[in-house]
Amino acid sequence: MRWIETRAALLFISPWLIGFMIFTAWPVINSAYLSLTDYDVINDPNFIGFDNYVTLFEDPKVGLALRNTFIFMIMSVPTQLVVSLGLALLLNSATRATGFFRTAFFLPKMTPPVAVGILLLMLFNGQNGLINSFLGVFGIEGPAWTTDPDWVKPGLVLMSLWTVGSSVVIILAALRGVPQELYDSALVDGAGWWRRTLRITVPMISPTLFFLFIVDSINALQSFTEAYTAFFGSGNTTYSNDAALFYAIYLFQQAFEFLHMGYASALAWLLFIVIMAITAVQILVTRRFVHYEGGQP
Amino acid sequence: MRSPVVRWSVLSVSLALAVTSCAKGTGGGAAPAQSPGQFNPSATFQGTISVMGFGATDEVGTTRVEKAKASLGGADVKLIEGDLDIQQFLSSVAAGDPPDIIYANRDQIGTFASRGAIVPLTACIQGEQIDTSMYNKNAIAQVTFGNEIWGIPEFNQVQITMANADLLKQAGLTIADVNGSSWDKVTAAAKKLYSAPGGKLKVIGYDSKLPEFLPLWAKANGADLLSADGKTAQLNNPAVVKALEFAVGIYDAQGGFAKVKAVRDSADFFGKGNQFAKSELGAMPMEQWYVNVLNDVSPKAPLVFDTFRTPQGQPLAYSSGSAWAIPKGSKNAAAACRFAKTMTLVDSWKAAAQARLDKRNQEKKPFTGILTGNVKADEEVRKMLTSGGEPWDSGVKAFYEANDHTFSLPANPADAEFKKAWQDAVNRVLNGQEDPQAALDKAQQDAQAALDKAWAGWTKRTN
Repeated sequence: MRWIETRAALLFISPWLIGFMIFTAWPVINSAYLSLTDYDVINDPNFIGFDNYVTLFEDPKVGLALRNTFIFMIMSVPTQLVVSLGLALLLNSATRATGFFRTAFFLPKMTPPVAVGILLLMLFNGQNGLINSFLGVFGIEGPAWTTDPDWVKPGLVLMSLWTVGSSVVIILAALRGVPQELYDSALVDGAGWWRRTLRITVPMISPTLFFLFIVDSINALQSFTEAYTAFFGSGNTTYSNDAALFYAIYLFQQAFEFLHMGYASALAWLLFIVIMAITAVQILVTRRFVHYEGGQP
Repeated sequence: MRSPVVRWSVLSVSLALAVTSCAKGTGGGAAPAQSPGQFNPSATFQGTISVMGFGATDEVGTTRVEKAKASLGGADVKLIEGDLDIQQFLSSVAAGDPPDIIYANRDQIGTFASRGAIVPLTACIQGEQIDTSMYNKNAIAQVTFGNEIWGIPEFNQVQITMANADLLKQAGLTIADVNGSSWDKVTAAAKKLYSAPGGKLKVIGYDSKLPEFLPLWAKANGADLLSADGKTAQLNNPAVVKALEFAVGIYDAQGGFAKVKAVRDSADFFGKGNQFAKSELGAMPMEQWYVNVLNDVSPKAPLVFDTFRTPQGQPLAYSSGSAWAIPKGSKNAAAACRFAKTMTLVDSWKAAAQARLDKRNQEKKPFTGILTGNVKADEEVRKMLTSGGEPWDSGVKAFYEANDHTFSLPANPADAEFKKAWQDAVNRVLNGQEDPQAALDKAQQDAQAALDKAWAGWTKRTN
């Protein structure tokens, strides 16, 4: 009986399984092989052993791209989490039109990333942008966000806040799940808003925050579209900025601009290993801060 | 319990491997030799030929496509519109199912040729009796690789000097001060023309159009970025370094590149509120097609034109454009050759120019010409121009003059890497990360390494 059920289950998931094998597993396996070759799409792959991996460690742009990506991750992930949490707390305490505000906060997430990249150039324009105009009201001369290498990444981090809507909705759902009696007890004990937030809210939603921390970190390590559009992809100019050269952008350039598919595959595998390592470290380090109601999973 | 799971997994993996192995590339090796006998000017063709990368979105395109289609003697033409998608094209060649003909940028031809993605057109040219002397010699140079022609060129883009006449007049300047004939005068004019009340740049005095126009400034200073054989980068040549220092210095004289770029980015480049119409730009070198844009959107703008000139006063322009090429594995190479030939014949260009002229007459606008990449066609089209009055007639005169004084970079197998190397160098200077000498020294190393590797690949493939 059990075997019949298993067979039926496998039968039902087989379309997905076949699709996964063809469109995910096989390309992944193939890219591992290609990373050991010199391959330009047209000509047959030429096996060169670990030469591409040796080149990785000699290529200064790999180091630059990794550094840029790490800095962006370190700046953007905590900022996004704090802003998302803040907005979710505000929404959670709203008594009227919460549906409207929830939709309003989520809407920017629907903006195509390419549009966000172009929006960045407009909002952060050093001379006529909205951000610097706003700073000018307070007598502050805003920086050259789109050209000064020191300000390019902060600009991208601020722009990434445009799309925190999905995190806000996820945190809001977690906030709604915190038992009201915990707050009531704390109120009886005289705890203020700040203490209730730190001692009850944050621990109770820590699994959600942890999930977002991991997912946002992986997304940051794979950042591509917004930075590429703003600093590498404009059709009528060849201007670019090294400060925005994220790892995925460099990988894309090697693969699709220079047709170094073998080298790009090696770059992709290095990124995979880096993401795995960082995620493992994050899980190990942050596990003790995460509170699961039923104990550790 | 476990064995069925394993069986299913093995089955799925096997299926996946079987299916994906069908997509293995067919590349590698040299293209099969073609003979002139395959190409016959009196042959007719049936079926459909597929064209990748050409849109025929205006009357100049559609008129020529109609003529090219008629020349095939029955075959239909299927256009795969949009700019050439390199990945899509190369994948189709690798899969053995390429389009019959592609429309590419001329500077891509060397890379495609060196990788065996397209075939040489020697047999096509001989068999179809194509007179290559009618093409612009720089355009032909851009599609010549390893002593063979790999593309049929068309169109030519050149740069001329464009300036705001009112701003020049207010500053007591003339077009001669900003046409490049004296670099000291250009710098002085930039300082006089720019305006930055309260530190906020309102008017760009002179935009030297970096990074893209470094080859133009370097050539004006007597240097080519790449040797004539396409094998040696010359990016840290002292003349190139000096040209970059000068062109960047123009930005520095106006408060720095960051401010200029910010104003440039916020301009309505293709609209009524363009920088010239709003008097937000004094002068710049720019491609000739922008004359037509300005004439269309802001016919009353106070403009003045001249050629871009060297410090010796000679007109100079960097030539670029498109080319037709036949992919390796094209199933209708002979028809594709005829198509390319007909698209670029003098009669086809004349018909296209007539269609454009008729349209412009209907719109009560002047016909400002087409730079075809075909010298004889250019002469014929030029006879058809209609006057738009000043300053437009001067603009048209300037770009035809520039068209007679062009240079180009030779075809090479690492064009994308080569360009990236010098453009990154210029950008590092513009962003204040390096000085011109250090940036170009590094670019020289990167570019030469890429060229050496690519040429070695070409040598290995052809020997």
